[in-house]
Amino acid sequence: MDMSEEVLHQAAPGVIPGSGTARAAKPARLSPSVISWLQAGPMMLVFVAFFLIPLVFVVIVSFWDYNEYQLLPAFSGRGYTDTFEGCIDKLPELCTIGRTYVMTLKLCFMVWAITLFIGFWVAYFLAFHVKSKTWQMGLSLLCTIPFWTSNVIRMIAWIPLLGRNGLVNSGLVKTGLVNQPLEWLLFSEFSVVLALVHLFTFFMVVPIFNSMVRIDKSLIEAAYDAGATGFQTLVNVIIPLAKPGIVIGSIFVITIVMGDFITIGVMGGQQIAAAGKIIETRVNALQFPAAAANAVILLIITFLIITMMSRIVDIKKEL
Amino acid sequence: MKEGRSRSFYVLATFFAAYVLFLYGPMIAIYVLSFQGPQGGLTFPMNGVSTFWIAKLFQGTGIVDLGAAFRRSLLLGIIVMIVTVVLSVAAGMAFRRKFKAQSILFYSAIASLIVPSIITSLGISLEFRIIDDLIKAHWNENFETSMGLLTSGLGAHLTWTLPFGLLIMFAIFNRFDPRLEEAARDLGATPWQTFRHVVLPIILPSVIGIGLFGFTLSWDELARSSQAIGAVNTLPLDLQGLTTTVTNPDIYALGTVISAVSFTVITLALGTIHVLNKRQAAKGSDAGQGLV
Repeated sequence: MDMSEEVLHQAAPGVIPGSGTARAAKPARLSPSVISWLQAGPMMLVFVAFFLIPLVFVVIVSFWDYNEYQLLPAFSGRGYTDTFEGCIDKLPELCTIGRTYVMTLKLCFMVWAITLFIGFWVAYFLAFHVKSKTWQMGLSLLCTIPFWTSNVIRMIAWIPLLGRNGLVNSGLVKTGLVNQPLEWLLFSEFSVVLALVHLFTFFMVVPIFNSMVRIDKSLIEAAYDAGATGFQTLVNVIIPLAKPGIVIGSIFVITIVMGDFITIGVMGGQQIAAAGKIIETRVNALQFPAAAANAVILLIITFLIITMMSRIVDIKKEL
Repeated sequence: MKEGRSRSFYVLATFFAAYVLFLYGPMIAIYVLSFQGPQGGLTFPMNGVSTFWIAKLFQGTGIVDLGAAFRRSLLLGIIVMIVTVVLSVAAGMAFRRKFKAQSILFYSAIASLIVPSIITSLGISLEFRIIDDLIKAHWNENFETSMGLLTSGLGAHLTWTLPFGLLIMFAIFNRFDPRLEEAARDLGATPWQTFRHVVLPIILPSVIGIGLFGFTLSWDELARSSQAIGAVNTLPLDLQGLTTTVTNPDIYALGTVISAVSFTVITLALGTIHVLNKRQAAKGSDAGQGLV
């Protein structure tokens, strides 16, 4: 994955190999590689036990059989055949899983486009217009603090504003703009997109800001001196140099929305089907192999999207 | 650079202000609404002002057993915070040297961050179910479950907090001057003394930042807990359960209480970081102040 090398490169370009702490001239010293293992081992162990092995189990269980109440450890493709039921007979109409993924991708695209727009300009303002380091820190902190508070609370916070008797509707009715309260404000696709944008624009702002503060300001002055307009500078200098941040932010937002089931559940009034929600529904019905099969499908699609995105960047880099 | 502020500054400043209002406005609305009068409903206008709904939560007569869920979430949050800080600092130190499997650990952390939470959560729950079945089949027929707050729950939270901790450590050591350690070594410090008296004091403010991420991300965690927490609920899970059924402001009161804990922790952490930075600025170095 080229994209992750980009992250590594961004995160630790200055780390100097061989400058560690383990060169003291003690007789009973441990070798550097043993020390590295002692230092990094515990974290690796956590990822093995609670991330890598569980992923392997998801893949294995997706090929198991099941009945109403338990897992049957025997090979079966039922998890997948149940999931794709009707996909061929119903053509050209979309089957349930097809419609669900179309819906998920649609939400994904809308949230991605809006968070990218907001995230880009917020990061741009912080990186280029806020000159004092103290103000930059303070304003970045202001954007970060909500990330440290509960997502559910930030979702339900929209209820008093968007509900049938909420602030927005009563305002609209009072001013005579509408005759009766708008129903589509809450528990709708609109409120899902709004809440997702509200929750996750942060994941765009941080990486784009990080890319932008690294841009050498003299490059921008050079562009101006060479007669470029503000728009030309933006398109030909700033956006290409901010691209790693844009891609990293996009990957965060897209993977979060692809797997989301909580925001879509709460803000969609439990009525909107999405990729993450199917998995939850199957688990609640104790159909673990079917849940696992859906998880594998989601994983593959997410991985394809990430691969595609990291390609886009590399191609542009070649030009 | 140009004199004064350009027009684009004012346009973008307005845009930024609107974004901040969008971020905070709705949250502030529910904090205000949690102080509804006893007859108040879910929306504005306020029907009197009281602490009725918040008091109701603490009396335990309300919607959830707040006390128990509160203690569970707090316990888990503190443990996750400590483990995240210790493992991240240790692994961050390891990454300053090349070692085998370095890229495996790095990619695991990044993958753990971006693989959808529901998949990780499902995987952990399957893993523990299979472990339970094995124990029941081979050792103890009466065994209940190995799933729980401090086994599968703790693991699920760590897959979310550790990647953040590791990335923050990368950022720290990015701007760390290794000559300070060389100086310590030349003066005869052992590796541990170098870490304890030179490295740790310098990186401490950022380490507190890692703790802040560890606690708050765990305190509010929902997606990964959903399948992996076992029989008991954490506070955010209780809150999510309420969103479909509740019709009065207890839900806002609960939201306000949960947020109050978050804000207390954020304030404490940021305050400590500020004090430490000030101390470092004042006492950290006498470079450039001349000899004697």
